[in-house]
Amino acid sequence: MSRAAAAGPGLVVWLVALIAALPLLVAVLSFFSPSAGVWPHLARYVLPQALANTIWLVAGVAFCTSILGVSLAWFVASCEFPGRRFFNWALLLPMAMPGYVLGFAFAALFEFTGPVQGAWREIAGASALFPGLGPRGASVATLSLVLYPYVYLIVREAFASQGIRGMEVARGFGYPPLQAFFKVSLPMARPWLVAGVSLAVMECLADFGTVKLFNYTTFTTAIYRAWYGLFSLQSALQLSLVLVGLVLMALLLERRLRGQSRYAPPGNTRQRRIALTRGRAAAVALYCTAILTIAFGLPMSLIVIWSLENFAAEFDTGYWQLAANTLMLSTGAASMITAVALLLGVIVRRVPSTLNRSLSRVATLGYAVPGTVLAVGFFVPVAWLSRMLNQYLGAATGTAVALQSGLAVIFLAYLARYLAVAHSPVESALQRIRPDVEEAARGLGVSGLRLLGRVHLPILRPAIFTALLLVFVDIMKELPITLMTRPFGWDTLAVKVFQLTTEGEWHRAALPALAIVLVGLLPVILLSRQRRRC
Amino acid sequence: MRQAPNAGQRGLLPVILMLFLGGCGGDRPESGTQATADDPVVVYSARAEQLIRPIFDAYTAETGVPIRYTTDSEQPLIQKLLAEGETTPADLLLTVDAGNLWYAAQQGALRPTDSELLESNIPAHLRDPDGLWFGLSVRARTIVYDTRDVDPSELTDYKGLADEKWRGKLCLRTSEKVYNQSLVAMLIADYGEEQTEKTVRGWVANLATDVFSNDTSLIEAIAAGQCDVGIVNTYYFARLQKEKPDIPVAIFWPAAETGGVHVNISGAGVTRHAGNAEGARALLEWMSSEAAQKLFGGENMEYPANPAVEAHPLVAAWGPFEPSPMNVAQAGAYQADAVRLMDRAGYR
Repeated sequence: MSRAAAAGPGLVVWLVALIAALPLLVAVLSFFSPSAGVWPHLARYVLPQALANTIWLVAGVAFCTSILGVSLAWFVASCEFPGRRFFNWALLLPMAMPGYVLGFAFAALFEFTGPVQGAWREIAGASALFPGLGPRGASVATLSLVLYPYVYLIVREAFASQGIRGMEVARGFGYPPLQAFFKVSLPMARPWLVAGVSLAVMECLADFGTVKLFNYTTFTTAIYRAWYGLFSLQSALQLSLVLVGLVLMALLLERRLRGQSRYAPPGNTRQRRIALTRGRAAAVALYCTAILTIAFGLPMSLIVIWSLENFAAEFDTGYWQLAANTLMLSTGAASMITAVALLLGVIVRRVPSTLNRSLSRVATLGYAVPGTVLAVGFFVPVAWLSRMLNQYLGAATGTAVALQSGLAVIFLAYLARYLAVAHSPVESALQRIRPDVEEAARGLGVSGLRLLGRVHLPILRPAIFTALLLVFVDIMKELPITLMTRPFGWDTLAVKVFQLTTEGEWHRAALPALAIVLVGLLPVILLSRQRRRC
Repeated sequence: MRQAPNAGQRGLLPVILMLFLGGCGGDRPESGTQATADDPVVVYSARAEQLIRPIFDAYTAETGVPIRYTTDSEQPLIQKLLAEGETTPADLLLTVDAGNLWYAAQQGALRPTDSELLESNIPAHLRDPDGLWFGLSVRARTIVYDTRDVDPSELTDYKGLADEKWRGKLCLRTSEKVYNQSLVAMLIADYGEEQTEKTVRGWVANLATDVFSNDTSLIEAIAAGQCDVGIVNTYYFARLQKEKPDIPVAIFWPAAETGGVHVNISGAGVTRHAGNAEGARALLEWMSSEAAQKLFGGENMEYPANPAVEAHPLVAAWGPFEPSPMNVAQAGAYQADAVRLMDRAGYR
């Protein structure tokens, strides 16, 4: 390969890492400005509790999403039971729902003034205490139900591609089904499990809406307290960097634990599934129904009821524009980000130097940074650049330069944040590609982009659709970056929900929230059906 | 098998370039040239869209001047304004609390506006002494109580809620919300830190249950009997009262002798690098006039800042009250102290 051709891909990796890590660089720079005694105060009164709470939250969510995601993925991918085809895509539906909607639904149902406790008081007397979950339990439960689809989707991929051959071999050796699962099938899916749980955990670390709803103090709420309450953006940036540092350490630890294991596909696997006994099949179907009802059916019915109540008052022609904006931003950004993730994954696979791998890792850290902090961290340098250009070019050419008012900024900011989401399934799938297939292709004279198009892409097709789906849904619900970087007239449905909830108008907010779910439903169903084996 | 994303990747690059360049040649007036009377006014607003749209629509209908606006939370909005510097398209900054206006002024994001009309329409304690910002509506944060269990004579003022007799009967909203931060900031300005810390510790000791994430739940909790007293913004109560006129909760106004009612403002100031400062000023002046004040306050059942304008009838039915005479800017000056105090006192 010529020097120029070798330099090209490397440059791409640097560029992507730079864009994605821009907010982190800004955070690093913030360490060089004084923060007026904020740290000692935070360290003494806020951080200990915040840190402890965050660890509980992360542990709880990681545990629950693993159990939910793995169990549901296994049943749907490898077992036959009534309704399997329906649950295959239906179990993804909770992803279309913004997390705080589920949280709010729970709160509305289970709070003191809600119907559940009201009924309890009717039965047990006015002063009877209701066993509540408390802020910690409520936050873990809500976030787990909202985030399990990440784990489910990615792990389902693993189970579907590895088939049940491993299980059959283990059963052949006399292992009971549960043991066979834990000894053979689960370890084979380990990188996928870790990828999915990492996404869920990073999303939960950066979450602000749900924990704010339950008044659960986490590291992220401490970050916002430092910024909004103590007027110290510097401290907020510094704390975000600490958060990202912790995430990085955790990811490196996982890498070290994984060691040198390789995960190749087991060869020709046909689409066979385990036939369950009637009792077990019924139990599995019941389990899936229960999860779907709690995570989706419940909040959906609430927002439908509230939407109908407020429809006449709320709905106007502006909604079509909002829906259009939401769709355009989500599809455009999702396509771009998936393409970049693909490019990045393939380049790093081709030249797996430590530098490339580290850069690619850094590029995905934006996901753990709280949304508003990332938005500011991205916007500030862009605005600074704009001012510089304005000073020199603007004076010369007489036109005003305002980089930050185009759509590019919002797309690039989305890239900084959501690259991790697209990168995860793509990287896991790339690991599956057998090296001998690539060697054979190269031997036939196919290389570079043609190799990508004719060899990688067909194999990666399911992972690409997974990535597209995940990023699309995430951006549809995204708020802080959209708020800060959107050009005039580009309000989205999520922005509309925010306007209403920020003034406490939760019932009116049900209509745009419902619109988000409806807009997201079609792609969720389409993409999840598309990924069926080609 | 050729895949769509492959062709799409190559097609995407020119699209991205176009989007990027679309940001150049912005359509705001050059800061050097004079803005004409019909140039749009650009507003950065922390006040929600559904509240400001009727106001802006009315202004455009009356004067023909278009208004372009974008909304966001206050701090990101102010940081955006500061980062953009002289390239900012914003002419006016509109917020929903005084603390952030104070902060914006401190950071040099606003420019003074010299206007006799504004000075006569808006009382002195509701605007910046140097004319950097002006309050447009008043948000009162006061005590509400359960009419079945509490006699109004038992209530005095915010400090009084720290008294032992309210043990297990007080409901409060989270200290994360800026309204409570402003309240405590004003208490510090009035009584000093030591006394205020005692008060806040007393509040925390009296809590009936975990702090609430919003005022509406708080009022409903009082109605359901979970607690007897609480502190809320009056417009949340107005909304609930509109829905359920028989709600067994009522408003209590702390008397003037005890410091009066804590008020906050939703207000605006002209930005330092405004391209259309004249237009922004005209908009500000219009918003302080009677017609607009009625709209401004009436939309959300807040009180008009202009004392010559009457409040919404439902709100007026609660009777008159004495607002605290301190300049609302104190809410910003003492906000950081207030937050630290609340952290120390364990008020989450």
